Amino acid sequence: MIRAVIVINTQGKPRLAKFYEFQPVEKQQELIRSVYGVLSSRAENVSNFLDAESIFGPDTRLVYKHFATLYFVFVFDSSENELAMLDLIQVFVETLDKCFKNVCELDVVLNYSKLHTVLDEIIFGGQVLETSSTEVLKAVEEISKCLFCPSPSFCLNILFEGGLYTCSCLDWND
Amino acid sequence: MEQLKTIGRELAMGSQGGFGQSKEFLDLVKSIGEARSKAEEERIVLHEIETLKRRLSEPDIPKRKMKEYIIRLVYVEMLGHDASFAYIHAVKMTHDDNLVLKRTGYLAVSLFLNDDHDLIILIVNTIQKDLKSDNYLVVCTALNAVCKLINDETVPAVLPQVVELLGHQKEAVRKKAIMALHRFYQKSPSSVSHLVSNFRKRLCDNDPGVMGATLCPLFDLITIDVNTYKDLVVSFVSILKQVAERRLPKTYDYHQLPAPFIQIRLLKILALLGSGDKQSSEKMYMVVGDIFKKCDSTSNIGNAVLYECICCVSAIHPNPKLLEQAAQVISRFLKSDSHNLKYMGIDALGRLIKISPEIAEQHQLAVIDCLEDPDDTLKRKTFELLYKMTKSSNVEVIVDRMIDYMISLNDNHYKTYIASRCVELAEQFAPSNQWFIQTMNKVFEHAGDLVNVKVAHNLMKLIAEGFGEDDDTADSQLRSSAVESYLRIIGEPKLPSVFLQVICWVLGEYGTADGKYSASYITGKLCDVAEAYSNDETVKAYAVTAIMKIYAFEISAGRKVDMLPECQSLVEELSASHSTDLQQRAYELQAVIGIDAHAIESIMPSDASCEDIEIDKNLSFLNGYVQQAIEKGAQPYISENERSGMSSINNFRSQDQHEALSHSLRFEAYELPKPLVPSRVPPAAVASSTELVPVPEPSYARETHQSASLPSVSDAGSLELKLRLDGVQKKWGRPTYSSSASSTSTSPHKTTNGITQVDGVSTSNSKARDTYDLRKPSVEISPEKQKLASSLFGGSSRTGKRPSSGNHKVSKAAEKLQVSKAAGAHTDAAVEKTNHEPTPDLLDFSDSTVTSTAPSIDPFQQLEGLLDQTEATSTVNNGPAGASKTPEIMGLYADTPVSGLTSSVGDPVLTNRDDFNLASELSNATRTSQVGVSQSNKGPNPKDSLEKDALVRQMGVTPTSQNPNLFRDLLG
Repeated sequence: MIRAVIVINTQGKPRLAKFYEFQPVEKQQELIRSVYGVLSSRAENVSNFLDAESIFGPDTRLVYKHFATLYFVFVFDSSENELAMLDLIQVFVETLDKCFKNVCELDVVLNYSKLHTVLDEIIFGGQVLETSSTEVLKAVEEISKCLFCPSPSFCLNILFEGGLYTCSCLDWND
Repeated sequence: MEQLKTIGRELAMGSQGGFGQSKEFLDLVKSIGEARSKAEEERIVLHEIETLKRRLSEPDIPKRKMKEYIIRLVYVEMLGHDASFAYIHAVKMTHDDNLVLKRTGYLAVSLFLNDDHDLIILIVNTIQKDLKSDNYLVVCTALNAVCKLINDETVPAVLPQVVELLGHQKEAVRKKAIMALHRFYQKSPSSVSHLVSNFRKRLCDNDPGVMGATLCPLFDLITIDVNTYKDLVVSFVSILKQVAERRLPKTYDYHQLPAPFIQIRLLKILALLGSGDKQSSEKMYMVVGDIFKKCDSTSNIGNAVLYECICCVSAIHPNPKLLEQAAQVISRFLKSDSHNLKYMGIDALGRLIKISPEIAEQHQLAVIDCLEDPDDTLKRKTFELLYKMTKSSNVEVIVDRMIDYMISLNDNHYKTYIASRCVELAEQFAPSNQWFIQTMNKVFEHAGDLVNVKVAHNLMKLIAEGFGEDDDTADSQLRSSAVESYLRIIGEPKLPSVFLQVICWVLGEYGTADGKYSASYITGKLCDVAEAYSNDETVKAYAVTAIMKIYAFEISAGRKVDMLPECQSLVEELSASHSTDLQQRAYELQAVIGIDAHAIESIMPSDASCEDIEIDKNLSFLNGYVQQAIEKGAQPYISENERSGMSSINNFRSQDQHEALSHSLRFEAYELPKPLVPSRVPPAAVASSTELVPVPEPSYARETHQSASLPSVSDAGSLELKLRLDGVQKKWGRPTYSSSASSTSTSPHKTTNGITQVDGVSTSNSKARDTYDLRKPSVEISPEKQKLASSLFGGSSRTGKRPSSGNHKVSKAAEKLQVSKAAGAHTDAAVEKTNHEPTPDLLDFSDSTVTSTAPSIDPFQQLEGLLDQTEATSTVNNGPAGASKTPEIMGLYADTPVSGLTSSVGDPVLTNRDDFNLASELSNATRTSQVGVSQSNKGPNPKDSLEKDALVRQMGVTPTSQNPNLFRDLLG
């Protein structure tokens, strides 16, 4: 199972942290710090795998990928395949890229909840749910429709423009 | 851009309706991003928390704003600050009817709360309701929350609903319900054990996605209990076959591979089911072989599937054809430029090597390359592999390598791990005791505080007991070499405590044994140790006892003892020590010095640490004394049992038993304190330090016997204090050499063969390995590497062929001896001596092919074969050296359709990129040019960034010029 998904930038600031087994806030910080400590000392063209047992305990592995200013880190156990996890990171980032058009760190920061939505459509309770970024995107869009209308399935006012759903019956204050 | 539009619109609306919060959030993020120091960031976040606290306490917060606050709180908590004051608001939000708010609520709650948090009880009801909702999005949201928030206590509350959802019409819901059920199973297997059959049922779901989801729980179930699922082998095989034959809808393809994640999962399951089961395995051969053939090895995910195939092949009942296919894939992995593939290759090799050990040979140079790779992950994986293939022929090289690496490490966790591996290998395969001691010294010196104390025991035991052969001179040689090495090491600063204990003990026992060092020299050294490590009581205790032993041996040898002044002051200091143990030792030392030689002989015999101590539990030697006392009118001793029967109230010693008899208010319990029975297994850590301390136990035991005080203590003590020599296996020895030494038949005509001549030419103490050096000019790869290769892998060829014939062995032995003899003939006798050391490694090469008739020229042929190989690999390695610097991303993208990624229309680079992706598929050579492209690719990205920047400015946020990285495209 996948134990954690962490996104940190190259300065060590966490951008997303999702632990599939509960960790107290302080512990989370400690884990993120130690992961960053190891990642920042890795050379550029080495493998994407790391022995994570000293950080996350027995039977844990870590796969990371460096994109521009961000590290994407997946922590998982021996029931997963390292190369496959590497591809899962790719799926995650590709989906974000489709969501945000040339995704950059700022998108990741500002759309914190959307990031979680995307991730939840890829990993569910620590297991891989979906690996096709098109499918993930579909599911996410289904949900984002609701962002602009409280009852999308019955709404006739939803408009789709420029990759965005809008709805004229938007009323948030009731 | 989308989100900026969103923000922009929100801002626009903000002017009308007051939704301006996003700007606050943006400002927060930006100011944190630009914070110069941790303290500044702290201040900003604390300020934010204050603001949020204030806002949340306001009445009638609009829901939209509330959502914004909650998100900000989640963000704040991710940065490591406590947001518990707002948990209740998040919980409240889950009750909302609006899906967006509900989702936000669930998201926040599942990030904030542990499954045993008090607030969970307030959510369970909502979850129940949501699981029954008509809107499948609500159901999915609730299912997602269930995974995180439900524990074994609350499972029953939601279980019926989740089970019902297994039959939901939407496949997405069914899939998630299965996974939620799996999560329940992980958290509390007992609560869902009656529902396990559901997983089997859902395996036949019409939707492949749902089927794929059931594989995860089934994998877990099969891991625990293989046998109940054997009947599913056929189903799994047929599913895998269908997947591999592309019978699934196109949408399940990933990078042109049919449902690779499902394939991986299935292969993992098959590996479990086929392990040690020939019948089941045979059903799998076909489909696994098919996948080997069909799988696309150019994509990352294709290799993931191939790797999983290898794992499966090496786990199930072996099939030669599949093993061959696996070996091919491994060699492709190892030859690849990608570190990831090399890593997988090494891992796979480690799996396959158990079944077919000969496969390692083909890859020896690749393995050595990995060992010398700067990548730590790869290096560690390679050590793992070496550990698996260690045998007595290559243990020296491997352990040396491990120790070198261990010394260079800073990471204590891994250092401990590799140190214990070194010790394990050394204990198992040590070719000689000398080597074992040297190796142990190194391990102790560099990782002494990290290894198990038991290791120290074994080492002391080895030095004390010697080889286990009746060879006293060899024993004493070993000891003097140990003493010598310790005297050399002892001066070094900051030695680990455990190592110092060993040193002190050995110096005490054998420091003066060979007469090379004077007592005052050794005691001086020991005093230095006690002084240098004055806050380590255990070491001090060892040192003092060692000093005592030295003096005792001196006295019993009839020499006069002059206590060194520093020794005297040490004893004085210790006799006033807070530690009673140290005090006692100091007093004992003083007492021992005063006794005459004869008495010392019996209380402190030299080299008697291994002797068994007989304990007279009846204290019969006191009989005379007791008799005398009784005659003088003393009361006879009445045993404890008798006394308690006689109602003696004041007897404290038998209080426990007493209570049992006299008190009526007693509900069992009060276990009698168990007598200190020392366990056979030396206890770890805490206990062991005390266990090792009282080394000179013979003196203890005997002394106390003589003085007749504290009989019970001496009893337990003598049992406990003994250096534990039993239960330690005798693992080392020198099997090969001793056998060859016995067969001294030499056939003179063989002196003409290649090896002996070469050997003769090389210098006097040449091991046969050095023959490599003679061929240096023609070698492109460094000779060290080859040497390493031969010493690592040489043995494996032998083990592969050894069983073929019995007389092979004899001829080998003869060969070996003959070589050494010949070498000796050319030089002086010293060579012979060196040859008496463990078998030279090169000879292992010859072993495989040499028969008694054919002279051993073959090693060179082998060597040449080796060279060819190395040349080949070296060119492969050097060729794309530039390319290997290519960013991984490009490599991965090379085979993916790019359209989705650079989809912005009118992007001038789009066509460019397409071209190059095609090119990269054609050959490696273009990869170098790709680097250029990927850089030029980044050209337009600043443009995008500028646009984003401009938008942010428009929104009234100060530009992020200091933080331009925020705008860098991740997939640039």
